[in-house]
Amino acid sequence: MPRVALTPAAAALIRQLSGRHGPLMFHQSGGCCDGSAPMCFPLGEFRTGASDVLLERLEVADVDEPVPFWMSADQYAYWSHTHLTVDVVPGRGAGFSLEAPEGVRFLIRSRLLEESDLPAGAPPLGEAP
Amino acid sequence: MSRYAAPGTEGAIVDYQARYDHWIGGNYVPPKLGGYFENPSPVTGAPFTEIARGTAEDVESALDAAHAAAGAWGRTPAAERALVLNRIADRMEENLERLAVAETWENGKPVRETLAADIPLAIDHFRYFAGALRAQEGSLSQIDEDTVAYHFHEPLGVVAQIIPWNFPILMATWKLAPALAAGNAVVLKPAEQTPASIHVWLGLVADLLPPGVVNVVNGFGAEAGKPLASSPRVAKVAFTGETTTGRLIMQYASENLKPVTLELGGKSPNIFFDDVSAGDDDFLDKALEGFTMFALNQGEVCTCPSRALIQRGHYGDFLAAAVARTERIVQGHPLDTETMVGAQASNDQLEKILSYLEIGDREGARVLTGGARADLGGELAGGYYVQPTILEGGNHMRVFQEEIFGPVVSVTGFADFDDAIEIANDTLYGLGAGVWTRDGSTAYRAGRAIQAGRVWTNCYHAYPAHAAFGGYKQSGIGRENHRMMLDHYQQTKNLLVSYTPKKLGFF
Repeated sequence: MPRVALTPAAAALIRQLSGRHGPLMFHQSGGCCDGSAPMCFPLGEFRTGASDVLLERLEVADVDEPVPFWMSADQYAYWSHTHLTVDVVPGRGAGFSLEAPEGVRFLIRSRLLEESDLPAGAPPLGEAP
Repeated sequence: MSRYAAPGTEGAIVDYQARYDHWIGGNYVPPKLGGYFENPSPVTGAPFTEIARGTAEDVESALDAAHAAAGAWGRTPAAERALVLNRIADRMEENLERLAVAETWENGKPVRETLAADIPLAIDHFRYFAGALRAQEGSLSQIDEDTVAYHFHEPLGVVAQIIPWNFPILMATWKLAPALAAGNAVVLKPAEQTPASIHVWLGLVADLLPPGVVNVVNGFGAEAGKPLASSPRVAKVAFTGETTTGRLIMQYASENLKPVTLELGGKSPNIFFDDVSAGDDDFLDKALEGFTMFALNQGEVCTCPSRALIQRGHYGDFLAAAVARTERIVQGHPLDTETMVGAQASNDQLEKILSYLEIGDREGARVLTGGARADLGGELAGGYYVQPTILEGGNHMRVFQEEIFGPVVSVTGFADFDDAIEIANDTLYGLGAGVWTRDGSTAYRAGRAIQAGRVWTNCYHAYPAHAAFGGYKQSGIGRENHRMMLDHYQQTKNLLVSYTPKKLGFF
């Protein structure tokens, strides 16, 4: 059972963005303003490291490379009991996320993980590139 | 009750133009690639102006203009720079109502707040830094009888400032006033949700500033923010926002070996000890208002007191009174002077808040009041309104750990002093906190034990200039609102001078 999933609308937006920007990545933000929202960047634009966990490599139909979904490890400590679904809504997030100029914003929807769908083991920590 | 006419309607005291270009080198300049984006008012959801969609090309033009202006501005005598700031403040004061209405239409916040807080605070901020600059001195250290170290303040040069959408004019002022006082030229990018009100401000004060000293490039983070933040031509980047973008800006700055100041939000605890309820008096009344401050600015404040910790001895009575106080909040048209809670700033912000109400429900948090979108009907039906909401639960829940940035407070109880501090500090952030008690010793010990940059003690949500504001932990780096900000925008030049004719004797 994956920790992170995509709605069809989010998958379609990833297809559109990857056609324009190439391979993509997510890093889940925290804090003020547009915090608590997932930020979408060209793959490698945001440097992950040993303080991050890789929650998922999201497979999207017709997109060559899976889209890794990252979160800082200390934030994950508070999120680990929830399953995340990346959705998309009309809006205009600030931050440097790629979808904002399209008039839409990625959004996280959450539900509690059940015992049965807990993935085996903790997600892997990132490594310094 | 009275209501200001909306900008663009009959009787309005302020109107927006149909379009705003970039402000570069003292002129409005169309975007090089020719793009614009619509800007809706959160009050109704309807667009009211369009804004230049900036790109790297526009950022470069703005940096050219800023570099051309920085030298002369930095050499301008402190008295003259201070005079410019004071004149900006005077011009704003003469137009306070117009700025307040423009800001409310842009952001959705009640005009009661823009009239009494946002704009007066911004005016005072310019005056404060005018005064701080006049009083700033360098220093000297006598190393020995013939050797003196002189320390001069010098401007950094050209600085980049990326502004958030929750207090568009006030947050721009927090960054502009110290940077300009310190002698820098600025390239500023407003938030894409609230890109327009700064242009109303510019329309009032542009003639007071030498061309190129302040440049405004609008646009999206990915298209205009990134080339600005990653430019080797800026001496510093200042940003208010969230943690991922904060890290990205540090990453860009590290590539250029430039300093940053970051303000990245919080999940601020507001602690109510038992003795708050020892009397039914003014102080209890003030504490209940302090609880209800979570709804100020629709909760869109980095220091929103979004976790209320109430000691068990008075938990039931205090919380019941707090729920009653919250239910007396008047929500309505942001341009009504009686309205206390207006619209959230954008649709995606509204959606995010609703997603957190859902998470709270799934985690077992109890809704004590509110808990849903507010449908105010009529012309407000398309606007972004949320009922002031009180949730009750435990500090491990995500609604206690993440910034919802809406009018939502999560309440839990605590047993004693140590329990309160443990819960208060069990968070990734450390921007603000509130402590309420009649015991001065408890207040002092709690204030020192909480890991946060600002501990309001028997008050909340006051933002006077001359009180340092900034974060511990993941809430950021650096401070704002205080004369120490001059140091954040200045280099230290040391002249180490020898007055002896005698050689050292080494060679």
